Amino acid sequence: MTTSETLLQAQELAQMRASRYAKRKTVNIVALVLSLSAMAFGLFWLFWILYETVRLGTAGLTIATLTQMTPGPNDQGGLLNAIYGSFLMVMLATFVGTPIGVMAGIYLAEFNTKGWLANTTRFVNDILLSAPSIVIGLFVYSVVVSRYKSFSGYAGILALALIVIPVVIRTTENMLQLVPPGLREAAYALGAPKWKVILSITMRAARAGVVTGVLLAVARIAGETAPLLFTALSNQFWTSNLSGPIASLPVTIFKFAMSPYENWQQLAWAGVFLITLAVLGLNILARVLTRQKI
Amino acid sequence: MLIDTEKVSPAKIAVKNLDFYYGKFHALKNINLDIPEKKVTAFIGPSGCGKSTLLRVFNRMFELYPEQRAQGEVVLDGENLLTSKQDVALLRAKVGMVFQKPTPFPMSIFDNIAFGVKLFENLSATDMEERVEWALRKSALWNEVKDKLKQSGSSLSGGQQQRLCIARGVAIKPEVLLLDEPCSALDPISTAKVEELIVELKQDYTVVIVTHNMQQAARCSDFTAYMYLGDLMEFGATEQIFFKPNRQETEDYITGRFG
Repeated sequence: MTTSETLLQAQELAQMRASRYAKRKTVNIVALVLSLSAMAFGLFWLFWILYETVRLGTAGLTIATLTQMTPGPNDQGGLLNAIYGSFLMVMLATFVGTPIGVMAGIYLAEFNTKGWLANTTRFVNDILLSAPSIVIGLFVYSVVVSRYKSFSGYAGILALALIVIPVVIRTTENMLQLVPPGLREAAYALGAPKWKVILSITMRAARAGVVTGVLLAVARIAGETAPLLFTALSNQFWTSNLSGPIASLPVTIFKFAMSPYENWQQLAWAGVFLITLAVLGLNILARVLTRQKI
Repeated sequence: MLIDTEKVSPAKIAVKNLDFYYGKFHALKNINLDIPEKKVTAFIGPSGCGKSTLLRVFNRMFELYPEQRAQGEVVLDGENLLTSKQDVALLRAKVGMVFQKPTPFPMSIFDNIAFGVKLFENLSATDMEERVEWALRKSALWNEVKDKLKQSGSSLSGGQQQRLCIARGVAIKPEVLLLDEPCSALDPISTAKVEELIVELKQDYTVVIVTHNMQQAARCSDFTAYMYLGDLMEFGATEQIFFKPNRQETEDYITGRFG
């Protein structure tokens, strides 16, 4: 080939490259703009929700909100019995659900990872995990509430526990699977029995992740309304008796928000703000815990 | 071809007609080998030849995985450890292992070492401190960590972590120490320290080391076994293997003609 021919070829090649590059650059910019707009769209709604929550929630928030009982319409009052009821039921549901969930998670990750029982358990767990909470509430209603002919805090705790358990099983199993097998082998090689390897080594290594899973489960049930509607119902007055109906923040919000009374609506917003704060706090705590361990 | 090691020193572990399977794959084929007592024996060979597999038979580590099985006899102190009714945990207290990758437990340095000791012995607090110090001195780590025993094991460097794992294995005072490529994740200086340690360990323990590094085998070991594709090709005194191997395959591997 002559020099002018090779030069021409090189020029053509350079032109082809430049046009291809320009095309790729355009595609890149278009994709970037689209994804940024999608993100902006999502964030816009999120910030608007948060803004309204804070604005309307703090407007009605006073010391009275935290110290007085739920009032009748057009009366002065607070949310104390609802806060207490929520706190009690969430705490007890967590105490009941966490050991069951953690032990099942350990079983799935450490004992019988592949057998038919393990696979069935995982499958059923995944179904329960995505079951609508109202279904769980109705289930507890038909099994407990209609049998004992009374709404009760215990039924509410049972319904919430049934939501906690699948979440904890899933996160515990996942966190345990992340522990490298070399760590277990090193413990076995020293002569440790299986339960000791699981308790002292594997669970310890997965500690942060398991706790995070529990915290996220708590954050979830703190805001659940449907399971409590048919089980614990609500109670206008202070009570710490779990065998009768008991107030909770989500159900109280539900009741107050739909009412025509202004003071009730204000209290509903204050309740929304409080729940949002609690869930935010739990999520932050969960992140702080996972970050420090690594 | 086996050398009669019993004339030199008695066999601590006698392997007789050992076959090993990963599922259907025949990984170890009719191995016959005597590991001499209180000496360092090295297993060398190309990747996949079965050296780590053979090592993991000695402390029954393969039993953690259901698809792996061993057939044959592995005699330790007069008893076939493969069929022994004794609790496998007791076997593992006698036959310790250090792995390729350093795996410090998620606890303090002190607790890392105390963990294994607490499994089988009831020591007072002072005795435990002494044992931990002894183990750390043995693995040449004491001076570097004596002021930070309460710190987490993962806060150490890679070389230090591996020496911590060695200290952990030594602390329980096993009779046999199995080292599975202990230096492959280490820098040359840490490697040198560990090799010094190995030479010192053989005064008290029988040591079996798997290594990819032939110079390491030549430096540290008294006996060497050359393995290839699941077969034991040759076993003998290290000097003999490296300078006057009996088989052509051994010589090819040693001189780097393959593998």
